[in-house]
Amino acid sequence: MSTVRVLVGTRKGAFILTADGKRDKWSVSGPHFAGWEIYHFNGSPADPQRLYASQSTGWFGQVIQRSNDGGQNWEAVGNTFAYEGTPGTHQWYDGTQHPWEFKRVWRLEPSLTDPDEVYAGVEDAALFRSRDGGQTWQELPGLRAVKGHLWQPGAGGMCLHTLVLDKNQPNRLYAAISAAGAFRSDDAGQTWRPINKGLVANGELPDPAAEVGHCVHCIAMHPSRSGVLFMQKHWDVMRSDDAGDSWHEVSGNLPSDFGFPIAVHAHEPETIFVVPIKSDSEHYPPEGKLRVYRSRSGGQEWEALTQGLPQSDCYVNVLRSAMAVDTLDQCGVYFGTTGGQVYASADAGDHWQPIVRDLPAVLSVEVQTLP
Amino acid sequence: MIRVTLPYHLRNLARVGKEVELQIEGPVTPSAILTALEAQYPMLLGTIRDQATGHRRPFIRFFADGQDLSHQSPETPLPEAVANGTLPFLVVGAMAGG
Repeated sequence: MSTVRVLVGTRKGAFILTADGKRDKWSVSGPHFAGWEIYHFNGSPADPQRLYASQSTGWFGQVIQRSNDGGQNWEAVGNTFAYEGTPGTHQWYDGTQHPWEFKRVWRLEPSLTDPDEVYAGVEDAALFRSRDGGQTWQELPGLRAVKGHLWQPGAGGMCLHTLVLDKNQPNRLYAAISAAGAFRSDDAGQTWRPINKGLVANGELPDPAAEVGHCVHCIAMHPSRSGVLFMQKHWDVMRSDDAGDSWHEVSGNLPSDFGFPIAVHAHEPETIFVVPIKSDSEHYPPEGKLRVYRSRSGGQEWEALTQGLPQSDCYVNVLRSAMAVDTLDQCGVYFGTTGGQVYASADAGDHWQPIVRDLPAVLSVEVQTLP
Repeated sequence: MIRVTLPYHLRNLARVGKEVELQIEGPVTPSAILTALEAQYPMLLGTIRDQATGHRRPFIRFFADGQDLSHQSPETPLPEAVANGTLPFLVVGAMAGG
């Protein structure tokens, strides 16, 4: 029977949650790297035993950990993230230019085909790639060449938090940066273009045609549908059917179109999941009810999924990297909260159960479906 | 032999006990100690001083012989008691809570 492994990054360590394909009994391993923030924890699609974790603290900086045996043993690998050439400057909060400074790794995205190749999305926003299993890292500086001097940090920092790889078009990458926007490369990361047409919202940017400066929270794509992208923006849930060349809003009947994560069903490319959050001023669910919303029509029409989720007095948040799906026949959906719960649904969101209730605040959730 | 005491998280990262010993040629300074420490335990690169600038990380302190040496030049020779191994050089995670 298949196994599901949920990789959880938290404010105080990493956890590995494991169950068989029934997904009703879970074992918990961790904390790994106890006391450190794990911004992202991810596995290689090409070799599921190869795991990467981004480990950091304000005291000791950034460490990258690698496992070759599914998380039983770990080794610290390279943590030198040097911007290519003269780092240059970006826009600071007061409108002045500020030097690019590495702070931490937000995203580790292993290649779809090579376990030794892995991308790192970092703060201050840039994209790095390693081709030796994380030992050394080289920047792909073409991204920052896309009007990087106009990028300005969002409230959480100027971070490259989302990276989407396309198995059908191996040279195509999508990246999202707070608060610069979404970007696409069609030449394996050498050159990039902004893909932010249509990302307009009251109060975000005065110029609706601005090429950069958009507050993109998360992007998801179904592996079989190249070019169809779903986005949770600061405000608004968006959709693109042309690889990001244009976007249109699909928030529809959501109770709030603010939120952080977005995910696509493993087998139904038009079924998507979001977790509405009340507002950017109040980072918790509307009415204190934790509800995942599912659209089976690629957006616009949404249904609340509530069974097994707290429907009163719930004031947690679900962060942008903290929702993922498995690929079992009956698609499982998973998300973690800032209150330390990791919820799982083995039936595409119809019913939920907490796998764990009392972890540190959850920063990221990834899922591996193992044969 | 130079003795260096590491904070809890860095001991775990380097998989060592509370104290490590280093062999240093030439003047015993914070800079020389960190260079030797990082050479012997490369997983500590960047955790005590910034890799790009070489500056001490903001929440790291250096203590020795009852003194806080954090704000001295990293090239300043350390007290003789540290240089001869009588006392350890302490790398400390600063109090930074609230």
